[in-house]
Amino acid sequence: MKQDLTLTVNGVSYTRAVEPRVNLGDFLRHDLGLTGTHFGCEHGICGACTVLVDGATLRSCLMFAVQAQGCEITTVEGLSDAQAPLHPIQQAFRDQHALQCGFCTPGMLLTVVELLDENPDPSEAEVRDAISGNICRCTGYQPIVDAALQAARTLKGGTR
Amino acid sequence: MARQIGLSVERLEDPALLRGQMKYLDDLELPGQLHVAFLRSEHAHARITRLDVTRARALPGVHAVITMEDMERALGRVRMPLSASPTKATAAITPYILSGTEVAFVGEAIAMAIAGSRHIAEDAVDLMEIEYAPLPVIMSAKDAVPDTAPRVRTEASSNVFNRMHVNYGDIDAAFADAPHVFQEDMLQHRGCGHPMETRGVIAEPRMDGTMNVWSSTQMPHDIHQGILEVLGLEDDALRVITPEVGGGFGPKYCAYPEELAIPAAARMLGRTLKWVEDRREHCLTAVQERDQFWSLEIAVEADGRIRGLRGSLIHDQGAYALKAVNLPYNSATAVPGPYMVPALDMRVIITFTNKVPASSVRGAGYPQAAFAMERLMDLVAQRLGLDRAEVRRRNLVPPEKMPYTKPLKARSGAPVTYDSGDYIASQKEALEAAGWDGFADRQLEARKQGRYIGIGLANAVKGTGRGPFESGTVRVNPSGQVSIFTGAAAMGQGIKTTLAQICAEQLGLTADKVTVICGDTVAAPLGLGGFASRQLVTAGNTVLLAATEVAQKAKKLASHMLEADIEDLELLDGKVRVKGSDVSVTLAELARVLRGSPGYAFPPGLDPSLQSDAKWQTEALTYSNTTHVAEVEVDVDLAQVKILRYIALQDVGVRVNPMIVEGQIRGGIAHGIGNALFEQMIYDDEGQPLTTTFADYLLPTAPELPRFETLYRDTPSPINPLGAKGVGEVGTIPVTAAIISAIEDALAPFDIRIQQTPVLPETLFHLISTARARGLPRP
Repeated sequence: MKQDLTLTVNGVSYTRAVEPRVNLGDFLRHDLGLTGTHFGCEHGICGACTVLVDGATLRSCLMFAVQAQGCEITTVEGLSDAQAPLHPIQQAFRDQHALQCGFCTPGMLLTVVELLDENPDPSEAEVRDAISGNICRCTGYQPIVDAALQAARTLKGGTR
Repeated sequence: MARQIGLSVERLEDPALLRGQMKYLDDLELPGQLHVAFLRSEHAHARITRLDVTRARALPGVHAVITMEDMERALGRVRMPLSASPTKATAAITPYILSGTEVAFVGEAIAMAIAGSRHIAEDAVDLMEIEYAPLPVIMSAKDAVPDTAPRVRTEASSNVFNRMHVNYGDIDAAFADAPHVFQEDMLQHRGCGHPMETRGVIAEPRMDGTMNVWSSTQMPHDIHQGILEVLGLEDDALRVITPEVGGGFGPKYCAYPEELAIPAAARMLGRTLKWVEDRREHCLTAVQERDQFWSLEIAVEADGRIRGLRGSLIHDQGAYALKAVNLPYNSATAVPGPYMVPALDMRVIITFTNKVPASSVRGAGYPQAAFAMERLMDLVAQRLGLDRAEVRRRNLVPPEKMPYTKPLKARSGAPVTYDSGDYIASQKEALEAAGWDGFADRQLEARKQGRYIGIGLANAVKGTGRGPFESGTVRVNPSGQVSIFTGAAAMGQGIKTTLAQICAEQLGLTADKVTVICGDTVAAPLGLGGFASRQLVTAGNTVLLAATEVAQKAKKLASHMLEADIEDLELLDGKVRVKGSDVSVTLAELARVLRGSPGYAFPPGLDPSLQSDAKWQTEALTYSNTTHVAEVEVDVDLAQVKILRYIALQDVGVRVNPMIVEGQIRGGIAHGIGNALFEQMIYDDEGQPLTTTFADYLLPTAPELPRFETLYRDTPSPINPLGAKGVGEVGTIPVTAAIISAIEDALAPFDIRIQQTPVLPETLFHLISTARARGLPRP
């Protein structure tokens, strides 16, 4: 039995009928076609499917879509317009070679968004702690840490 | 010619990845696609006594349920073909496309449900009624060897799949009269590849009888061949495409039952089918490297110089072989590593067990070889009272002996020849960076404060660039944009950017003017794909040759059009220009001329298209070498290991894109650290996997890893035009050996010898507790 769901994703309001057992990530990916959110484990450990729900990171594999009624969601597609320059965090990831296969990247980006919202000047250890719930098999994390630190400097208005 | 090779060019792949616009397999939605879920064995070994899918078929939304019987009726076969480079295997060793009578590991596919959504397909699997009669289970490769052991599969005449004897030199003489002989038994386990994107397949049967298949694989051409063989399609009736691949690391090197079952079922139903592996399925069904039992003896002179090495290796192959078994051969032949070993005698037994099949994970048998050899080097040093680095130095192949040919053969039959590199200087440089000489003082100082710090080192070589070839076509389009079509497989490593750089340099362009098309059997009908740290060497040299030819052709045409001598022309900024003048013609114009005009002839001596096709060939491997030094601190009460410093020196030849190389090396080290300290695929005695989530199977996360301190020596390979050596696996090879050497050094007061990898905290806790019970460390 489908239920009506209204929510905002990347500033756009959507209303859809959705089965209660469909999780938020599947809804974003397959109902809305926002395939930038990826599933790495579907059991809440790897963090690849992280999105922002009302500004806070959340694993979209662990939340049913219908639970997001009235919520404001941000996915990787909401960080920058396709024709616009990259978001400073995205740019920092590119500059630092903080992605290889790119599969964990959307979750990493949104985790860093939340970190820098809460703590604009994190230490390296704080960055490592903040991304400890996101698994990357490619990079060894060091460039992701460096990208977060670079983005922090950029967002504060300093030079890169 | 504008320089591109050697620059850390921004990756062409990144913008779409960063914006979430790149399409991985599960991001593809085909019209009318149905979804597949598999019924998988719950037993490690059992006969299937009953399978009733009536209720599953009746579930609304279910389009079909397919069992082995259905598959056999449609295909006339039930087994997988043995894909590329088959060994002389006579026994039935490949997995079943679907199993219907007997299952030999937990996770083996039995039936497939096909429905309008994955949810309904999984509901249907739950409605399948199956009963099993359990059969004896063999979990340890050691237990599989005796003739009296129950069979892993009742069809097998023996659990021993193969025996190999790798030997050279006079091993008896090496051990007779040897001043010292030391012995060590080791258990090595390497776990899973775990790319963040799991496997997945889409098969689209088309009205005209052709089929498109998308698969998240390192080997589209292998899969193409396998599907042709099983479905009986003609070559041109099948196109295999790899979309963006979210990491390979080995598990996507094999062709799997699902990659045949889904196209076969799609053809039976005339419908497009999609299956995406979930993480639990990946743990159950994707290849792993798992267990090797090593028993080694080393004979040395009084000064630690190696006289000979002998021993045995039992390799856990799992229930079937998806491919020719390469890991134990790699391991046995790679043991001598960067050292001079005058005599070698390795006996290898490959046994089946009731576990998922084994095949390559990043490193493919080399890390185990390095671990075995480096543990022996430490043992020799310890017993002879020598510095660990000095024992190694005395045995490393010195630079004056390069190229150094070992009396061994690679799989191709070509001799194993280390082509270049200065191993002694590499070790020296890494040790200096790590402060090796001053470490003993720091260690004593730390111990006074109750801290246990240790340092360890490991050397390794890795054969890279496995041939025999890779394909590549370079074409300048009439727009001026350049296309490369190659059989190389992009799986996240940045190969597209690297190939674009190589091409761009020859054509006087920047890399962003080049588009690379990988992983499409129509765009590049010939190709081998991604494995053995091979693609920069094989595809890179192919692209170099093709782009050079295109440049020559461009100059030839320009010479005609500009009425200038070829020698006076240069390629710059997308143009062919008369040197030192403004007279030029763009590559785009040249491409338009060579596209042809109806009825007009080409200029003399020129043929259609500004394009070239190359297939650089090689039989030999090119050897990268590396020295790693790890510094760790062990909390002896909690048995926790903290990596304080990690120094990694590599010689990977010419680095086309140093940034990408650095990324590959760091990722490789992180994988090795997982292998040393965290990653273990654990089964109970009945063959039930216990580590099927990321909460149970631990991958390294950011807080556990240090900053890596990397160093490079760029000795060009003399055996390929680029001077390149492979990179992808190199960072992983020596890591377990270096880390465990460091842990052992930290725990020297406890007199602990570590003979296994990984060393999980519980293992270390047990070792420390046992030592403490013996009264160690002494006050």
